[in-house]
Amino acid sequence: MNRVSHALSRSLPLVFVLAVLALVWLAASVWLNAPQITDLWQRNGKTAWTTAELIDAAWSQERPLLPAPQQIYADLAKSFSARLDSPRNLLFHTWVTGSAMASGFGLGVLLGIILALGIVHVRTLEKSLMPWVIASQTVPILAIAPMIVVVLGNLGLTGLLPKAVIAMYLCFFPITIGLVKGLRSPDPLQLDLMRTYSASPSQTFWKLRWPAAMPFLFTSLKVAISIALVGAIVGELPTGAQAGLGARLLAGSYYGQTIQIWSALVVSAILGMALVALIGLIERFALSYQAAPKAAGGAK
Amino acid sequence: MTPLILAGATAAGAIASLAVLSAKGAGLLLWPLAVATLGAAWLLMTRLSNDRQADARFGWSVPAIFGLSLLFAWEVVTRGFDIPRVLLPAPSLIGAALLAQAAILFADFQQTVLKSVIAGYLLGNGSAFIIALLVDRSPFLQRGLLPLGNLVSAIPIVGIAPIMVMWFGFDWPSKAAVIVVMTFFPMLISTLAGLQATDRMQRDLMTSYGASYGQTLLALRLPAAAPMIFNALKLNSTLALIGAIVAEFFGTPIVGMGFRISTEVARMNVDVVWATIAVASVIGSAFYGTITLIERRMTFWHPSFRKARG
Repeated sequence: MNRVSHALSRSLPLVFVLAVLALVWLAASVWLNAPQITDLWQRNGKTAWTTAELIDAAWSQERPLLPAPQQIYADLAKSFSARLDSPRNLLFHTWVTGSAMASGFGLGVLLGIILALGIVHVRTLEKSLMPWVIASQTVPILAIAPMIVVVLGNLGLTGLLPKAVIAMYLCFFPITIGLVKGLRSPDPLQLDLMRTYSASPSQTFWKLRWPAAMPFLFTSLKVAISIALVGAIVGELPTGAQAGLGARLLAGSYYGQTIQIWSALVVSAILGMALVALIGLIERFALSYQAAPKAAGGAK
Repeated sequence: MTPLILAGATAAGAIASLAVLSAKGAGLLLWPLAVATLGAAWLLMTRLSNDRQADARFGWSVPAIFGLSLLFAWEVVTRGFDIPRVLLPAPSLIGAALLAQAAILFADFQQTVLKSVIAGYLLGNGSAFIIALLVDRSPFLQRGLLPLGNLVSAIPIVGIAPIMVMWFGFDWPSKAAVIVVMTFFPMLISTLAGLQATDRMQRDLMTSYGASYGQTLLALRLPAAAPMIFNALKLNSTLALIGAIVAEFFGTPIVGMGFRISTEVARMNVDVVWATIAVASVIGSAFYGTITLIERRMTFWHPSFRKARG
């Protein structure tokens, strides 16, 4: 009984907020689309209409300013019923974007870990590299994305690789920062204890620093994977890529197909949330030997 | 004195390598010279980062030397191997493009930064801060909004750019709208979390002083929340610039950094693209740095700003 009420008290507020948002969305789609409809009706000599008629028309436009949720749902359902290998099916585009994101994320994790190890263990690197790791993120890499894609395209490298490179550059940063923080998180007492045991540097690393860094690492992995997804999507914008969620956004924007844009947006949102949830699952699994994972970061 | 000698050696090596590059006859001489220069730079950095006295006075010098070495290596490699300009222009070429196109780049800067970024950044962060203060009074709404905020952080929000262009037109308001949505949630979540960052003991003390809600907020909870709020402001400074530039790929008037990048790429003027990126990087760093400075002024009491004692 107690557990049920606890779950309710946790989920009820979220449900309430989501319900309010849904209502706002429905109302907004009527409010935004109505002027176009009434305008059209008046030009066709229709002078009287009921509110129900207007709402109905607002929710069934071909190219609405803001489509209603049920229109997006219908569009998604239609798209998913197409063959899996056809560009009509959004799952096909999701796969194109997802695979670029995944390879970029893998590379970014590798680069991020290597840089963090270098910064923690080599003082010269810490002094010289760390400021530039931070500065590298003020370069709007997403702005370079089209150039990387075009340049690599001239070299005959198309498809997945350029997008993966962009995703990699975007996601190594949070991993490096988080891991540096995490590897330095053991307090002097614990480090002294290791020294008392006369542990070798590598033992200290594997038995103390690395496990202590895990919560920090997973926190940054969650940030990194959502950034990697943005990178893969933006990497699809230039050169009018034929496939991928970013290409769907751009095509929809060219032809004013609002429902198509929203469908692609909804799918990328779901993909992003699913990825973060996946990292969360792995974290639970990997940290099950530890006590409840403490939140990384925050004020001590 | 050793650092001085090393610095001299590094500078001499760099000048010699660049001279050899320009002479274009002594390819064999170039690589040992360049490698020796970078080696001297590395030794100099090691020397400086292990010297506590130098560290206090010249803390900025190590990253500066690292950056110059990087530029040097870039220049030598691109010109030494004759890498095509379309692929990666040498820094000297990018610098020349910066000077030649200064007027155009400045117009882009005005359009993208002074209009879109600043408007969107202020609106997004400001509204998130105010809403966080309102939500703070209702635990029910907090429990609803926090998980939602975490969900939203996983969504590629930049994708709303084409929709905003449809709603607000091609000019800067549509870019500002994208930035508002992008910056809103990080700020909301950080402010809410920051307002929770006080101990019960501290809040009890305020209660025993008979402080009102507003007084507790101003004297205790907002200062305690400041580090987290500034974290969001710093994160949002980079997000805002990226959001503006990417949103410009979806349609702009014929000015703006994103517009410049996408058109010059198509025309193969890669040096102009790199010059735009250089401008964007400097602006991004300056924006970030300004907020860090304000943070130091306002949260000087925070442990992370205390001088490390050796």
